[in-house]
Amino acid sequence: MITARLTVNGEQREVAFRPSATLLFVLREKLGLTGAKPGCLNGDCGACTVNVNGTAMKSCLMLAVEGLNQTILTIEGLKDSPVQHAFIEHFAFQCGYCTPGFIMNINSLLKKYPEADDYTIKEFLSSNICRCTGYQEIEKAVKSLLKMNREDRAGLQQDV
Amino acid sequence: MGLIGKSVLRKEAWEKVTGTARYTADYPATDSLHAKIVVSPYAHAVIKGIQTSKAKEVFGVRAIITGEQFPLTGEEIRDRPVLAKDKVRHYGEAVALVVADTPQQAKRAAELIEVEYEPLPVVHSPTAALMPNSPLVHEQLGRYKREERVYPEPGTNVANRTKIRKGSMERGWNLAEVTVEERFSFSPSDHAAMETRCSTAEILPDGKVYIMTSSQAPFMAKRLINEYFGVDIGKIVVETPFVGGAYGGKASIQLELLAFIASMAVGGRKVRLLNIREQDMLTSPCHIGLDATVKLGSTRDGKIQAAELLFLFDGGAYSDKGADLSRAAAVDCTGPYGIENVWCDSLCVYTNHPYAAPFRGFSHSELLFAVERTMDVLADKLGMDRLQLRYINAIRPGDTTPTQVKLNNSNVGNLPGCIDRLKQMINWEEGMIQDLGNGKIRVKGVSCIWKTSTIESDAGSGVILTFNRDGSINLISGVIEIGTGTKTVLAQILAETLKMDIRMVHVQMKVNTQSTPEHWKTVASRGTFMAGRAVLAAAEDVIKQLKSTASCVLRAQPDDLEVGYGKIFLRDEPDIHLDIKDVAYGYVYSNGNAIGGQIIGRGHYNLRRLTYMDKETGAGKPGPEWSVGAQAVEIEFDKKHLTYRIVRAFSAVDIGTVLNEKAARGQVMGAMSMGLAFGGRETFVFDKWGRVLNPQLRTYRPLRYGEHPEYHVSFVVTPQLDAAYGARGAGEHGLMGMPAALGNALSLAAGVKLNELPLIPEQIWKMKQKEGYSHADL
Amino acid sequence: MQTYDFDYYLPKTVEEGIRLFQQLEGEGKSPVYYSGGTEIITLGRLNLVETNAVIDIKTISECKELTVRNNRLIVGSALSLTAVEERNLFPLLSKAASGVADHTARNKITVGGNICGQIFYREAVLPFLLADSDAVIAGKNGLRKAPVHQVFNRKLMLQKGEFLVQLHTDQRYLTMPYVCVKRRQQWDTGYPLITLAVLKTKTEIRLAVSGLCSFPFRAFEMEKAIGQGGPLPDRVQEALRHVPQPVLDDVEGSSGYRMFVLEHMLEDLISRLEGNHP
Repeated sequence: MITARLTVNGEQREVAFRPSATLLFVLREKLGLTGAKPGCLNGDCGACTVNVNGTAMKSCLMLAVEGLNQTILTIEGLKDSPVQHAFIEHFAFQCGYCTPGFIMNINSLLKKYPEADDYTIKEFLSSNICRCTGYQEIEKAVKSLLKMNREDRAGLQQDV
Repeated sequence: MGLIGKSVLRKEAWEKVTGTARYTADYPATDSLHAKIVVSPYAHAVIKGIQTSKAKEVFGVRAIITGEQFPLTGEEIRDRPVLAKDKVRHYGEAVALVVADTPQQAKRAAELIEVEYEPLPVVHSPTAALMPNSPLVHEQLGRYKREERVYPEPGTNVANRTKIRKGSMERGWNLAEVTVEERFSFSPSDHAAMETRCSTAEILPDGKVYIMTSSQAPFMAKRLINEYFGVDIGKIVVETPFVGGAYGGKASIQLELLAFIASMAVGGRKVRLLNIREQDMLTSPCHIGLDATVKLGSTRDGKIQAAELLFLFDGGAYSDKGADLSRAAAVDCTGPYGIENVWCDSLCVYTNHPYAAPFRGFSHSELLFAVERTMDVLADKLGMDRLQLRYINAIRPGDTTPTQVKLNNSNVGNLPGCIDRLKQMINWEEGMIQDLGNGKIRVKGVSCIWKTSTIESDAGSGVILTFNRDGSINLISGVIEIGTGTKTVLAQILAETLKMDIRMVHVQMKVNTQSTPEHWKTVASRGTFMAGRAVLAAAEDVIKQLKSTASCVLRAQPDDLEVGYGKIFLRDEPDIHLDIKDVAYGYVYSNGNAIGGQIIGRGHYNLRRLTYMDKETGAGKPGPEWSVGAQAVEIEFDKKHLTYRIVRAFSAVDIGTVLNEKAARGQVMGAMSMGLAFGGRETFVFDKWGRVLNPQLRTYRPLRYGEHPEYHVSFVVTPQLDAAYGARGAGEHGLMGMPAALGNALSLAAGVKLNELPLIPEQIWKMKQKEGYSHADL
Repeated sequence: MQTYDFDYYLPKTVEEGIRLFQQLEGEGKSPVYYSGGTEIITLGRLNLVETNAVIDIKTISECKELTVRNNRLIVGSALSLTAVEERNLFPLLSKAASGVADHTARNKITVGGNICGQIFYREAVLPFLLADSDAVIAGKNGLRKAPVHQVFNRKLMLQKGEFLVQLHTDQRYLTMPYVCVKRRQQWDTGYPLITLAVLKTKTEIRLAVSGLCSFPFRAFEMEKAIGQGGPLPDRVQEALRHVPQPVLDDVEGSSGYRMFVLEHMLEDLISRLEGNHP
């Protein structure tokens, strides 16, 4: 066991964990942040995606210890963001299980590429599986947020 | 209020986009032990012995359970031990269960359990299972306890046989001038819901059993734990929060039983069992496979006179819902066509494959793949337009179904209308093939669909409405929010009926079998139909109570009162009114006198006038109504590489009145996506020992973003008269015709008959090889 | 979820990393080097990797280098695949890397991890095989540099305690015409059925393949066949005769089908390059 501080959603959290513990495990079982979902524990489905220093990361593919001195943002840290609004308005989820992962991935996408083209959107979004929708609603939600389509030019959620 | 059809935003939307929506495994487990399943590495083997001594030494282990002492389970035939006993019948079958303080300890101990097996010959397919010399999966089939209307054939691998005998086959074949016969086959696959199944169980000192589970059927879990283990039904409480995708896979009761025996083994302490993905695919039930033969005979002008169908469903090792799935396929065996003479045998066959749960469409995408591919073969043989053949034979009011139900203007949708709509959508007139140059062609494939829902003949749904002091209403229904948005639709039905602001309807998402009225199971596209009717009844109940109290205060007959817009008012003098909020908790006069009290509305709906099917002919009315539709895909096919992509996919479906436009489109598109993935890529790959080689999402691959086509959905509206606002079921239909439409497009594009799934390029290549394909032909 | 525990070490220098390995090995901890760690985590879950100590090399500055110096492209082994893709100094490498797993996973998967991993596709090595790159390897005796062809034979032939630090590539190769195509069992997801990378130098067409056999390889013999005169289909047929055996026959595809796919890929890709379409 090691005891360390993780910076999650703008807060320093002191937590004890085994060095072999994944970030997903620590977020869910130690910090009570269950927004990141276990879907495969194998890096395949993307349901556990969070942002680390603004980059999308599958938290099941990362040791918690690798998250020390990094800025971690989970779905719980995303408040009232344009992506969340777009997902609701475009019916971009059904069961909602993949939704936090998709939203966190899209959050990093739009910060990096506010004018992402179709290729880049596909590059990013093919990292997550949604089993309920046909992806068309997610596509529409993302495209509504591209810079040229945004009336509200306010920045997307920054890392806190 | 104009809420019908409106794309009301989901009631649980903000919970789901903020990560606060809780699924079963999201509830804290600090007070739980954790269970881990030991599974079989063999598809069929005798268990010679189980050594648990090393595992017991692992720190934190509280119990190790093996299959000795538990009753057999199964919904129609009690053929399945909770943990394998004496022998294993499929790869990944649960053999032992470890309970420990932490998941790591449980996993470590599970890895140390040594099971000695003696391999047995493996039954690889339903066709092989029916060979005279096939090994038996269940030697004791004749001795199992079973329901009355399931027909296993002891001494064979047949778990159930449903017969359809309609009209006269002799007459049918005599009238037939053209006949075709095709064979089809595909292996089991998986639902692959993003949330793997999870159950917790706890047994309190007074014997109360408390279960939380990611399920479509918490009420069935309660019923079956009572039946299997003899626990008083009133002492069983099952709770289901949000469910992360289900698609039928969570309608089977399986993990709950393991969690329950795990808790029993540790003196009732709470135990959590969360499936890892691999076990969710292999140990929990999967999507059924099928071998089918379809023979159709028609006159030269395209009127089908005879249909002979043999469905051999790959139920896998246990019959659980497979028996019912094979029966449902018989009910709609012909596809959506009015055919006078029908012979069908639909079998649920035991094999050494993982066993089957329901899968969205309940055996219909499966049977329709066979029937709709054969329809194309028949159209080609007749030299007839493929949609024209379907149009001529399309089932209509006045026709009878294979189980001889006479259809009318309410209980069947408008299939000819759907076909016409589809033709416009896909620009059918331009032809099925467009040459794009570059060795690529664009090709269209079509299919038609239908389905009725053959759930229990007395299945029902209940709704409770309670008022808050501000006049808003809590809507409490046993429908599980599995992603379909049904509870938002129920809120719409309620708000529309009470003419109130939808924001004043608060929906309870979680279901608790003790405090929530029963909804049979959240399956079969029955949520909106059954619970919708229950909402209407509950709304009537509320109106009656509001009027009753208000009639005293307003000194008027209840009959002269109306309810709506937050008020109870005199019909002819609306100014004379009470605010609902002043009545909802009882009315208090200025002097302090009070009458009435909190208004609690109740409503329920049970299916009516359904009947069992006759054992010899299948005659009977097993479902209330038939939704229909016509679908198409457009693919771009590379003639040299034999690869393709799906460019567009189309659905013209009659789901009656559309209650929530965007939600309904979402259901149809999502189902289409699943159907395309099933048709185009998804299958379990078995090796020669019956092991599944791809039990991970890395190797078992649902559709990803960017692989999806453009979706086009159009609704044809034939209201169902006895449904809330005329809405038909909509959850499954988008899926049902997709594999067939894809198969039809590809068979045309590649010039070979593609009758096996999934339709990967290698399959096309194989068929090309068989047909003596060579480079010179290109 | 690992059932075994391991300690985690984060050396700052190559020397420290090597020293740690020796020490931990001496303590019987079966240490492994760790950069992205995705395979250690996912295979560890299935007990296909077992270790009691991981040595994370991603804060060793040499392992994170990505630059062109003295006409050589230097690619650090602990760079994530997406970091390499985004800088795009070597477009062929970007292309080959972009086929691995998915974008989010590639934020974690590293060049070295992909090349040294157990999962045998190792597509990130294909460009280096084509460009006759050098590998810089750290070991007990410090850093050594060796031609990739010498140290990569089916997999990177590392001595116990060694790790890959960098790959060096002659700058001339960075701008040569290339094509790299990954064909999968179906559509755009999954392991390769075949990944074929083709580079056109001034004098020849070079080929490197993953997914055809249980290892990636530079197809020298096939290149010779392609380099002969004559119509392309004939040269392709000749090249097919030099495919290493056995050809993979697994859940992704049968060996016969893989040969069919390879044949058409060779024809397409080579004709594209010979037609001078980069």
